[in-house]
Amino acid sequence: MQNEPIHVLLADDDEDDRNIFIDALNELKINTVVQTVKDGQELIDHLTQDNNLLPHVLFLDLNMPCKTGLDCLIEIKRIDRLKDVAIAIYSTSSSEKDIEETFIRGANVYIKKPNNFSSLKKVLSQVITINWQYHTSGLNRDNFLLSL
Amino acid sequence: MKLYIKYDINVLCKKILQEQLDKLELYYALVGQCEIEIKEAISSEKLKQLSEGLEDYGMEVVESSKSILVQKIKDTIIEMIYMEEKLPTSKISAYLAEKIGYSYGYISNLFADVTYTSIENFIILNRIEFAKQLITIDELTFTEIAFKLNYSSLAHFCTQFKNTTGLTPTAFKRIIIKRRSMSQ
Repeated sequence: MQNEPIHVLLADDDEDDRNIFIDALNELKINTVVQTVKDGQELIDHLTQDNNLLPHVLFLDLNMPCKTGLDCLIEIKRIDRLKDVAIAIYSTSSSEKDIEETFIRGANVYIKKPNNFSSLKKVLSQVITINWQYHTSGLNRDNFLLSL
Repeated sequence: MKLYIKYDINVLCKKILQEQLDKLELYYALVGQCEIEIKEAISSEKLKQLSEGLEDYGMEVVESSKSILVQKIKDTIIEMIYMEEKLPTSKISAYLAEKIGYSYGYISNLFADVTYTSIENFIILNRIEFAKQLITIDELTFTEIAFKLNYSSLAHFCTQFKNTTGLTPTAFKRIIIKRRSMSQ
């Protein structure tokens, strides 16, 4: 049985990081469709286009020029149509303060960018499958917090 | 004498489907040639009857039977977690196999195929979800929650909470409280 594909969106300004992310996703045994944007403005433009499909999960780099990940997070949570999109913060920072701040602002997942390919695969698989359980099993999204 | 029959396969199929669906008194619409839209919640019993009825004509309900089974597994697990009196005295695998009516090996493979997660992980995730609910309601202490959810100790509960969410129960509670006060 072919499962319905899981839509994933990544916002990251670093081209290498975007490519590694796509490679890692494609190696998972999960049927995903991935799209990427290269900065915060492009992300907001993409999400607010009504005919664009909303992703099941958005991976958001914190450290982007112009509009940072945190700015995007705050903006997304203010838009009715977008506020239920699951957001996974994807960052090089592992400060407890950053982590808590993003959770309080409404992020669901905080990922400290792994420094090797196999742990990246593992982390992505974990986030996508747990998010899928929230999506398909009627769990309460308000309580969806995951720190990796 | 020989008679030659000319028939329209589409009319034939439509007629059979209608007969079978009417027999089960379902509220439905035929969409195209191979698709039926059932406009009500259909019980797994009725779906089984429909599959069996169509089998005689060499027809088969393609999807669903698997996803319905998975739904049944999920429902059984959630019921087991949320209602204390439903906690099985036997092993969970034996309990599920008995409730669902297939071997545990079969249902655990099917479950993993369809949901991308294992039954074991699904149980842990849902237990922790229940714990989160209890934490946000803020009526019970962590020790009481651990006890209610059948953990052997507070430490075991905290460890599994941390392993599943990456956060301690205390950090989780703090974040939820701050988030609430911000959205007010």
